[in-house]
Amino acid sequence: MDAVFKALADPSRRKLLDELRKENGQTLGQLCEHLDMTRQAVTKHLVLLQKANLVAVAWRGREKLHYLNPMPLHEIYERWIGKYERHRLQALSDLKKGLESAHRTAGRIRRGGQTKTKKTKTT
Amino acid sequence: MKKDQFVYVTYIRTTPEKLWKALTEPEFTRQFWVNTVQESEWKPGASWHIKAPGDLVTDSGEVLEIEPARRLVLKWRNEFRPELKAEGYSRLTYQLEKEGKSVKLTVVHEIDKEGSKFIEAVSNGWPHILASLKSLLETGESLAETREWPREACK
Repeated sequence: MDAVFKALADPSRRKLLDELRKENGQTLGQLCEHLDMTRQAVTKHLVLLQKANLVAVAWRGREKLHYLNPMPLHEIYERWIGKYERHRLQALSDLKKGLESAHRTAGRIRRGGQTKTKKTKTT
Repeated sequence: MKKDQFVYVTYIRTTPEKLWKALTEPEFTRQFWVNTVQESEWKPGASWHIKAPGDLVTDSGEVLEIEPARRLVLKWRNEFRPELKAEGYSRLTYQLEKEGKSVKLTVVHEIDKEGSKFIEAVSNGWPHILASLKSLLETGESLAETREWPREACK
């Protein structure tokens, strides 16, 4: 778990995870396109993320694809967030998203920036 | 062809043999996989399905590759949600590799389709199921919320 927190402590590495969150399964080249970092720096960060198991790698032919692996974060979540809190936190997180997007919409449109909170269903 | 794919990696303190049993045998799957069982003859070409309580077949397919305690590849289609069934077959790969005192379990779930609702749906389920599997093998207890079939969520 130390490796996970250490890996997450760096903003560039969190940015890399954000990129994979947007589009899972990217090559090194694709990741470099969206980031203001040298290829060497991205490679170095990816190695640390892989060591922490936050990034998993799969090969498709000769392409090395990088995936955001949610398992270590899920373990942190299981450890510190109880199963009863989960639903309340989901409701709060939905409310925050709803209000923030309503606020953004209100900036563009004068009226009617109403947003519905979405209920997410787990399968 | 462009495809949707998810990859999960988890390290479990167990042996490949025990992990294999946990992934395939009813007495284990019931505990961490929302009270479901998987039925198959577990050989290449054999049919395979997941059964929820009340004999509801939730997913089905076929064994594509099998190498006990090492690798299993399944053809997999959802059977009880029409919009997911309509997407056709996906492919699920389990890979088990011994690493020191642990086993590295890699789960790859993929479909030859972009923006797949099925892959999105399973991507909500896999982390819970795998975390519970790890907990069961390491502590003898699965996570409470994965022991029962969620009746209200999936009919």
